[in-house]
Amino acid sequence: MRRRLHRSATLVAAATAGALLLGACGAGGRDDDGGDGDGGGGDGGGASAPGVTEDSIKIGAHFPLTGVAAPGYSEIPTGAKAYFDYVNAQGGIYGRQIEYVVRDDGYNPTNTSSVTNELVLEEEIFAMVGGLGTPTHSAVVDFLNDEGVPDFFVSSGSLQWGDDPSAYPYTFGWQTDYEIEGKIIGQYVAENMPDAKVGLFLQDDDFGDDAEKGVRQFLDDQVVAAERYTSGNTDVGPQIAKLQASGADMVLSFNTPSYTALSQLVALKLGYEPQWFYTNVGSDADLVGSLLSRFSEGAVEGGSSSLDGVLTTEYIPGVDQPDDPWVQLWQKVWDEHGEKGELTNYRVYGMSHAYAFVQALQAAGEDLTRDGIVEAMEEIGADLEGPQLAPFRYSGDSHLGISGMRIVEIKDGAGEDLTPVLVTDIGDAEITEDDSGQDGDAPPESGVPEAP
Amino acid sequence: MAALRTRAAGWWSGSILGRHLLVALLGLVVVVAVSESVSDFRNLQLASMAYLGIAAGGLTVLTGLNGQISLGHGALMAIGAYTTALLLDDREASTPLPLVVLAAVVVTLVVGIAVGAAAARLHGPYLAGATLALAVAVPGIALYFKEQLGGEQGLRVVVPDIPTWALDLAYFVTGQDLTRSRYVAYLAWFTLIVTFVLLANLSRSRVGRRWRAVRDDEVAAELAGVRLGRSRVSAFVVSAAAAGAAGAMMAVTVRLAAPSGFTLTLSLTLLSAVVLGGLGSLAGALIGAALLTFLPQVVTDLGVDAGLSDIRAAELAPLVYGVVMVLVVLLAPAGIVGTVRGAVLRRRGRSAPPAATTTGAAADPTTSTSTSTSTDAGPDPGASPGTSTDPDSTATTTSKGSTT
Repeated sequence: MRRRLHRSATLVAAATAGALLLGACGAGGRDDDGGDGDGGGGDGGGASAPGVTEDSIKIGAHFPLTGVAAPGYSEIPTGAKAYFDYVNAQGGIYGRQIEYVVRDDGYNPTNTSSVTNELVLEEEIFAMVGGLGTPTHSAVVDFLNDEGVPDFFVSSGSLQWGDDPSAYPYTFGWQTDYEIEGKIIGQYVAENMPDAKVGLFLQDDDFGDDAEKGVRQFLDDQVVAAERYTSGNTDVGPQIAKLQASGADMVLSFNTPSYTALSQLVALKLGYEPQWFYTNVGSDADLVGSLLSRFSEGAVEGGSSSLDGVLTTEYIPGVDQPDDPWVQLWQKVWDEHGEKGELTNYRVYGMSHAYAFVQALQAAGEDLTRDGIVEAMEEIGADLEGPQLAPFRYSGDSHLGISGMRIVEIKDGAGEDLTPVLVTDIGDAEITEDDSGQDGDAPPESGVPEAP
Repeated sequence: MAALRTRAAGWWSGSILGRHLLVALLGLVVVVAVSESVSDFRNLQLASMAYLGIAAGGLTVLTGLNGQISLGHGALMAIGAYTTALLLDDREASTPLPLVVLAAVVVTLVVGIAVGAAAARLHGPYLAGATLALAVAVPGIALYFKEQLGGEQGLRVVVPDIPTWALDLAYFVTGQDLTRSRYVAYLAWFTLIVTFVLLANLSRSRVGRRWRAVRDDEVAAELAGVRLGRSRVSAFVVSAAAAGAAGAMMAVTVRLAAPSGFTLTLSLTLLSAVVLGGLGSLAGALIGAALLTFLPQVVTDLGVDAGLSDIRAAELAPLVYGVVMVLVVLLAPAGIVGTVRGAVLRRRGRSAPPAATTTGAAADPTTSTSTSTSTDAGPDPGASPGTSTDPDSTATTTSKGSTT
């Protein structure tokens, strides 16, 4: 008993000693001014913004460079980097060189969170540019906005990046969102194929949901089946079989490139031959072609002609239009500053949003601040000219990106226009023909946008 | 002076709880010191290390002490994380954080009981198979109940504002304002320390001795009156509860609970952390967690600095991790801690004169104590490899080779 008492006395002594030790290095009371001064990105004027120095601007992005989502998507940052290098070689923006830091998240939101922490807190980037993926970017959008980091041109067409700027004031979408893509496709089918029995093949997240909302505005009566797949589950046999059983002779698919290849293979196996209509996201003919031959272990001949006859949409010119002045610029940039390999549509995508970011930097002026660039984008974003076929929708009320697209049919791996560029907005905004002239424009001689 | 030393040494070898608490206190001091001196980003990395460490600690108790293999700990973490996410869904959520963590632990514990009941009948590859099914099925549940659990995009977690008393206390102790990252790091490490003290105590108690008995020889254990099923279930449940706490900390650190964060890869990663560090050792679990957290980022940065393209640098991380794994298995089959401990024991065996064994270990505890403290440096309350009074310590080390 005595020993026990003794023991606990020693324990108490040790604990007290520890507490005293802690207390000894204590520092008295805290100033109670709620001192959260640096929250919300209220950095003052001048070039004092994080990541910006006299002669450099550091920006970052998260992309899947490894893992299942890497094919295709990992090429986007190589394109963006080539364009930033091109701009740097011409003297940069207001004398500042752009430093572009890319981190791999493997399309896993947990990793996205940790690499974004690294980019923002360790690398101290000025802005996030082009972070890819709906589930991945959702994991960090709150953090970026809490820290006041401009979050430009998310590589995803989800509505959440731009439909409510008061919730995410620092976040901007870029590509045509899935809802208006659904609307434009829906109206086209309703007008041109009023007798088609329509089946929907949807990715089971915002992507499919937003698109379905758009499609059903015009096609609710014609839709005979809506099937969903979970990204990651490679067996889409049941879904395609149900579409076939429903008698659908036209399938509108909102899916990623891997699932374009998978759905084509399954349909081939089942002898199902509807008219396919793939979203822009899933219709890169070269990538789908190579995936087709890989998934079928060579049984199906891949190549860019594998999607011939399929309908899709486009909102920026791609490598299938080598005569387009924008594509010629991208080719020149890639030849001068690119890595090994060909110019692909994914690299063009990266260059296109890099171009828009350079425009944003120009518009924000010499005294670059985080709030300044956001305000500049809201002010002049809708008037920016660039590779996009239709203007951006940026304003104080909307941070959504490109306002429209046109419908094309793939022939010999290239898109053939079926409609002029159609523009609209989310909700019940009317679909109209675009009159901004963005479709026919050409880049400035230097290839670098001029300050507005 | 000499008398004091003997008395202290006597206390050290006599009071297991006291020893663990003292190490925990030291650990806490180290955590505060480290956390205050590194950047916000490193603090968030430390928080990641802590949640991986908690889960690996739970798993190492199950695998190292009870000999069961679980491939489903990632799924158990998911249950903890989703419970947390459901309770912390907006800034107005009024549930205090300790209660949230407790709820996550309790929910995971209940699931652990259900799975553990199966574990009682299965062992070896059969149990691995059953828990594998858990790892595959649980993310599917989140996808199926899309309305409640957010589907593919998961649930966002809103960490409540730091309570004023915590701000005041942190300022009083450290003289710096408590940032959010540091707050999260403290939460995670505090949870880790509490979990490790509990696990360490449990594994040195009667319960722990039963677990080891079942692991080493089922028949002998049963003859000695140990009920195999009950022992297996209890090990699984304890381990699951740790995974639940880890999941809660993960949700708070990552601010998201999404199915793609809890794939089979996570479960396998945890298992590899345990193997790397050394089966059955909490210090080993912590070392494994540190490797998992810091290695990818360090290697990627080295790759970028060496002039590799971003893609090549990103591909370097899994490669280096794989190589490290292969090397550890080849050169140190008992894991990092296991090998170090083995080397220390061997040296002690050489240097100690045979007289030490004849006089009895308890009579001369000072020598053994000093060596054992030097082996477990760092904030690790659980890994005290046992003084000479504990016959288990050698058994643990030797059996490791065979289990791996």
